[in-house]
Amino acid sequence: MTPQALLSRVLSEDRGRLLAALISRVGNFQRAEDALQEAAASALVHWGRAGVPASPTGWLLRAGLRKAIDGYRRDATLSRHRDAIAVLAEEEAAEPDPQTIPDDRLRLIFTCCHPALEEKTRVALTLRALCGLSTGQVAAVFLDAEPAMGQRLSRAKSKIAAARIPFAVPAKEDLPERLNSVLTVVYLIYTAGYAQGPQTGIDLCTEAIFLARLLVQLAPDQPEVDAALALLLLTQARAAARTGPDGQTLPPGDQDRSLWDRSQRDEGLALLDRAIARRAPGPFQLKAAIAALHAADGAPDWQHIAALYARLRDFEPTPVVALNHAVAIAEAGNPAQALAQVRALAGALSDYQPFHAVLAELLSRLGENGPARDAYGRAIALAASPADRAFLMARLAALD
Amino acid sequence: MKYMLTLYAAPEAEPAYGTPEFDAMMGEYFGLEEKMRDTATFLAGEGLQPVATATTLRKRGGKVETMDGPFAETREHLGGFYLIEAADLDAALRYAAEIPAARYGSVEVRPVMEY
Repeated sequence: MTPQALLSRVLSEDRGRLLAALISRVGNFQRAEDALQEAAASALVHWGRAGVPASPTGWLLRAGLRKAIDGYRRDATLSRHRDAIAVLAEEEAAEPDPQTIPDDRLRLIFTCCHPALEEKTRVALTLRALCGLSTGQVAAVFLDAEPAMGQRLSRAKSKIAAARIPFAVPAKEDLPERLNSVLTVVYLIYTAGYAQGPQTGIDLCTEAIFLARLLVQLAPDQPEVDAALALLLLTQARAAARTGPDGQTLPPGDQDRSLWDRSQRDEGLALLDRAIARRAPGPFQLKAAIAALHAADGAPDWQHIAALYARLRDFEPTPVVALNHAVAIAEAGNPAQALAQVRALAGALSDYQPFHAVLAELLSRLGENGPARDAYGRAIALAASPADRAFLMARLAALD
Repeated sequence: MKYMLTLYAAPEAEPAYGTPEFDAMMGEYFGLEEKMRDTATFLAGEGLQPVATATTLRKRGGKVETMDGPFAETREHLGGFYLIEAADLDAALRYAAEIPAARYGSVEVRPVMEY
């Protein structure tokens, strides 16, 4: 294997671990990232000249520590960093190997998903630091220009240092809320991948499942973490069936269940059972339970789904959850009650395509074809993809 | 690290002087330093007179100009501040969350520059 190929393999597998180890020792996100970057550059030179080291990750960690020392030495305010340099030199001399030192990625993910950072920044930083995406790849995920994304990431790292956002697993009293922030980022990454498909060349669904698995491994005994992975697996298990041959979203009744990934579903169900057995309910357990009912053989139990959404609204009193709740109420046989609930959301969701699609569907079920036409018109105007637009237009045409 | 916590609120959102709610709020303010002793160290803090008492000054070309009123006309006014010493942002945020103004206004948390 060429040094170049080996380096990219090591970085794609171990970048998060190396970065976390460096941040925990260097004490500064930006300096650690710069040091890792420089270590990778010198790896290319040294490995080509002197041969590939026995432990490439160990080599990179030690080189990173030396680069961090150089970074501090270059700093104009050198005197302030004397202690840091001494500590790093000692670390470097001990020949640390990333395989044997504690995995610091849990601390890293809590830093990246800190609520003091904007939500988009949390997602971007997590993809960059934990999933090893390049700045250009992260920019592509958001359809942003690379320089703009670079600035966002570098502003975030400056704030982490200047405001002293801790590189730590939060204190017990803050843990539930902070864990929810982390799991929300993982879920956002998943839903972004679900919405855009693999068109950017990065499968965000796979990245999200990787992160959720990592969290299950690093933060065991957390029912919400188990449930978050369960939610992703139960959704992913049905992913292959959710679209038709032209890429349009299919209603659940039209989906081919033979395309479901049963082993993924069973793993999700086992995780959910384990989470629920701990008797500490939370929003991800409720969402996973809803996903489990959708993934059940036979018709979904809409009564039960509606009841779970009602409980989810206690944790997340958002209009989107209320909309999903209304859909479940309608499917459970109460379209009139559902319509009243949906109408109450008109102000909050006026630009949200699914709101108009649901409103149109409920109106047409209740025989109010005129208003249903108007609502389909709004939904079609807001549709994100040609396939979805075609689906809605077919529903509209079926009204006549 | 030192953090400055600045308190902003719309005057009409605060409990009115003379009501039991106002007294309860003042009791919370007076007890805050003691209550948060384990979270962060109180260094300084003051409440400010209403924004109607503010005078804004600037000096241009050696000439002092004064203006009746605050620097920026906003709905939420700067009403007071705390200066605390905290281990990290999490501790500072925990302190800020216990300030009564966080409930009816906002608290801005900013690290103090180190020279």
